[in-house]
Amino acid sequence: MEKEYADILHRCFRCGWCKLPTNYQDFNCPAYLKYRFESFSSGGRMWLIRAWLNGEIETSERLSEILFSCTTCKNCVEACALPKIKDYLVDIFIAARGDMVEQGIIPPPVRDYLKAINVSGNPYKMPQADRGNWADGLNIPYYNSHEYLFYVGDVGSYDEIGMKMARSVATLLKDAGVSFGILAGDETSDGNDVKALGEAGLFTYLAEQNINKFKELGVKKIITLDPHGFNSMKNEYPKLDGNFEVYHYTQVLSSLIKDAPPLREVHAKVTYHDPCYLGRWNNEYWASRIVLGSVPGLELIEMDRNMQNALCCGGGGGNFFTDILGPGEDSSSRVRVKEAAATGAEILAVACPLCYKMFDDAIKAEGLEEKIHVKDISEIVNEARKK
Amino acid sequence: MDNTFGRLAEIVGREYVSNAKEELFIYSRDQGVQDPHAPDYVVLPNTAEEVKEIILLANEKKIPVVPMGGGLVLSGLTIPLKGGIVLDMKRMNRILEVNETSRYAVVEAGTSQGMLKAYLEKNYPKLKHSLPDAPPVATIAGNIAIHGSGHLSQSEGGFHSEMVTGLEVVLPTGEILLLGSCSTVPYWFSRAPLPDLVGLFLGWNGTTGVITKVGLKLFPKPALHDVLMFMTEDVDTVPDVMYRVTATSMAEDVTFMITPKPAMLEGFQETIISIVANSEEEMELKKKIIRKSLSSYLETKEAGFLPIPPNMKAPILETPQKDLSRFADVSKGGGFEYVGGIMPVEKLPEACRAGMSIAQENNIPYSLGGRVIGRLHSVMFFFAYPFNRADEADMDRARQALEDTNEAVLKMGGIPWKAEASGQRLILKQMDPATYEFMQRIKKTLDPSGIMNPGNWEVN
Amino acid sequence: MDELKFDEAICAKCETYDCIMKCQYMDLDLEQAKQEKWKLIRGEDSSILTDCVTCYACEEYCPYHNHPFYHIVEMQERLGVHPVPKPIEKSQVTAMGPKGRIDYEEVRQPVINMCYFPMMKGSIRGKLFKDVSIILGSDIFCNLMFLHFARNSTIKERLPKIIDNIMTYYLKDNNIKEFICYHDECYGTYTSWAPAFGIDVPFKPIHLFEYLYNKLVELKSEIKPLNLKAAYQRPCSSRLCPETDHFVDDILSLIGVERLKREYDRENALCCGGVFEAQQRFELAEINQEKNIADMKAFGATHCVFNCPFCFFTLAERVSKNGMIPIMISDLCHQALGE
Repeated sequence: MEKEYADILHRCFRCGWCKLPTNYQDFNCPAYLKYRFESFSSGGRMWLIRAWLNGEIETSERLSEILFSCTTCKNCVEACALPKIKDYLVDIFIAARGDMVEQGIIPPPVRDYLKAINVSGNPYKMPQADRGNWADGLNIPYYNSHEYLFYVGDVGSYDEIGMKMARSVATLLKDAGVSFGILAGDETSDGNDVKALGEAGLFTYLAEQNINKFKELGVKKIITLDPHGFNSMKNEYPKLDGNFEVYHYTQVLSSLIKDAPPLREVHAKVTYHDPCYLGRWNNEYWASRIVLGSVPGLELIEMDRNMQNALCCGGGGGNFFTDILGPGEDSSSRVRVKEAAATGAEILAVACPLCYKMFDDAIKAEGLEEKIHVKDISEIVNEARKK
Repeated sequence: MDNTFGRLAEIVGREYVSNAKEELFIYSRDQGVQDPHAPDYVVLPNTAEEVKEIILLANEKKIPVVPMGGGLVLSGLTIPLKGGIVLDMKRMNRILEVNETSRYAVVEAGTSQGMLKAYLEKNYPKLKHSLPDAPPVATIAGNIAIHGSGHLSQSEGGFHSEMVTGLEVVLPTGEILLLGSCSTVPYWFSRAPLPDLVGLFLGWNGTTGVITKVGLKLFPKPALHDVLMFMTEDVDTVPDVMYRVTATSMAEDVTFMITPKPAMLEGFQETIISIVANSEEEMELKKKIIRKSLSSYLETKEAGFLPIPPNMKAPILETPQKDLSRFADVSKGGGFEYVGGIMPVEKLPEACRAGMSIAQENNIPYSLGGRVIGRLHSVMFFFAYPFNRADEADMDRARQALEDTNEAVLKMGGIPWKAEASGQRLILKQMDPATYEFMQRIKKTLDPSGIMNPGNWEVN
Repeated sequence: MDELKFDEAICAKCETYDCIMKCQYMDLDLEQAKQEKWKLIRGEDSSILTDCVTCYACEEYCPYHNHPFYHIVEMQERLGVHPVPKPIEKSQVTAMGPKGRIDYEEVRQPVINMCYFPMMKGSIRGKLFKDVSIILGSDIFCNLMFLHFARNSTIKERLPKIIDNIMTYYLKDNNIKEFICYHDECYGTYTSWAPAFGIDVPFKPIHLFEYLYNKLVELKSEIKPLNLKAAYQRPCSSRLCPETDHFVDDILSLIGVERLKREYDRENALCCGGVFEAQQRFELAEINQEKNIADMKAFGATHCVFNCPFCFFTLAERVSKNGMIPIMISDLCHQALGE
């Protein structure tokens, strides 16, 4: 672990502000929500990491579980009372994971995820060439000096829901006249969740693959489907000399929507879930709301835990693939969909394919299919465009 | 082979019991300077029935049981001095009822202060409860159980234990009892007019049973909130300042603070007067009345109201305040020790002097302050000594300061609040022997197996 | 040095005693005014010592520039009068003192001295302040606020070092001889107070409004007139440099804002009352603020334009509760430039 992190571990007071959102609604840390032991809160993790580095406790599977249960949602960063350490919390957990990865003591699902990326280039162990299958029939060109590269990522390339979302966004961008191309089978995994799981070396390799490809093709601007990819490309790629203008698709939509042709009315009650990697990680809370606000007839109802207080879907920090937090009643995705349904909304709007899938499954687990369903922002806009 | 783990898992579910080293490490210590003592098991019950089953098992196996709420007491009251089971109550956090007309709430013991505040703001915006200056995860039950206090203690009736209208408890012998009006009628409005059994569970550090539900008084919530800060240079005037302000009945909360940092505050005392009102007119009138009560100080310029710029007001008006938690990082060390002394207000100047002297002798930073409880019936005076958790010598100094402070508080006529085991022993030494005997008799009667948080309220 | 250039012979020839007769807070007839003034000059106790609210206005009223206000402050200090309660006074002396955290910095013109207003740094942005270098901090804080505390001594003690700090750490090695004063109390320190006490000022202070005006003229083609009616809240410090008040007219005129000809502006401006609160004169503060706001509303102001951040902190909430928008003058200029 970097010295600058190790030197501040003792400054955590374990006061517990990290467990709640800033408006105190309910437990807002997915790991603590599920496990309920103090050791699984951010404060508990800080104290355990310190004890581990000091030799007071040994490396163990349980410690590994504790470290890898964090979804890196940054609720703790938002809520921590101590200004000098709050910004480092998630970085510290990731650094500790890195130490675990080096020692090889990682939960099997984490090992399997990393291995799949390493061997197949994606967590689904599917052929790289299949990355472009989502675009079949849409007639989207390979990137060739277009204004934007539309980067789709692992979930958008291989997951059924992710692919549906990729198609919806691409259709919208195309019809809006946005100049963009895709990389299809030449996309490399963005590496965001690899990095979040502590595998810095593999992340660097993946990022460099992408950066080199983008540079080779002269890419200047990127639109990402996935906030995870958005985060990596915006904040981490520049450290590896990968400097591009990076946008999440909702940001592009929010700038296009004011000049768009008039939209049809969509009479629906919608509540919006702020994805962690757009919201707390990148301070982007408004793009989606501007888009939703532009759809006539749509009633936007905010959940009590919105914006910086949003409860993570549970898919971050690699948990989407590793499922360390599991599907139980206290899983954050199930708690979140209940919260969404309680607003009276029929649609839970999302801006992230991981959130989409997590909530889709959670709605089924909670038996809420009759009350609420998930749609991404682009699907809602496409709905408003249909004649 | 001991099957305790398996039996506990049967009661609460496998995922809510642990004897893993990691949990034992965390639950063996708190944020203060007390020595760690590891539990054997950490258990997270979800219902009073589960608590009962755990207690019955503990009786059978003669395993100590230590109830724990937020675990933020700082004086180690949730550290299992003799090992055993730590009962982390925070899964039991449902808000069961709010009676808006009679202004009370019934909550499970593990409900956090923050969640109750958020719930009332959303669903009953005309009501609020008295919030301690603790992090929002501090629990309702934990706080009332240690005679906590908060921002309504001056105006609305004293310690938070005095705001309890009823309890559900599990006795050390496993019975689940309702105490207060709720034992007789389906309303939790009061402890009177029945014999008051609630007191048997307040201030006892969990040695008489486990609180599983709390009936708590709620209070009207006016729309406007403002604060005045009165600055004095002579600590001997502070009791008089408080006396005058509390006599007006215009303040909601009266606290005070003495801190050497920032430098601009060293050598001065700030009495912080919080005011609520339903209209601007009412607010101005209340401020006028309070200012008038202190007019003789204003005339001589010996003291005065400090103008507070808007950007500095917001943190003071926050409830709960983050500043108390931030104080833990004053020594860049993640810790502070916090001794409370409940005392008559006339002892306040002596307590200030003692605190500063102890800090100097032990070469440790300090922050002193307190809150008026009731209509100046007592003051909760706190001595906070920050320390660097990574520096054992610094922790030793904080420990020594803590012990010196306990002795000083008792000597001057106060009683250490939520004292750690060694502080409790000092109290018991000074206590009337007959009272002490009576306490032990009650404990023995309620807890014949001696399983409930042993090491607390014992002389040995 | 450090001796106030006050000439009692000038007061002996004065027939009008404007310094007291025009005072908005003392209600004396001419004979009483003379008597109280001469008690002051003789170093005796006078009602002026306690009735003075330290609004600085008499510095402007005196037609002979004989520094009546600085003289009051000298006498208050000499006779042990404390306008502000002693603990608050002492605390502020510590709080606002130089902290010794200054270091050499490369700065380029134009340089703006933000004194001790780090919270206002956000207003230094956009076209108006392009390429401006900012200097600020306790080690260059002018300390003139201690006029409100009857502590000329604190200013005398600190100002030479402050001036030296500015020269040593910011101006000399960067070969710069002037800077813009963000707050006109700073400007008044170097153009009024320092000369009154014989303290040399080796650089040229430029008033913020002069800078703003010149910049707006440069950017004239980009200005979109705002078409607003605004009340201007003239601060105490402006009384030390009344010759700069015309810049307010010039600026507002350029950006299409009408400076309402209301009662409590220009020579008749009312103190925001912030200092009165520090002096525990709460009723007076309340009356002043009510009068001031009522005046703004009566003339149809939609905005209240501020010069001084302290006035802003004191009045902004009350202004906005009365349906007007409180705004610093530089922010109004940003708006006119579409920023």
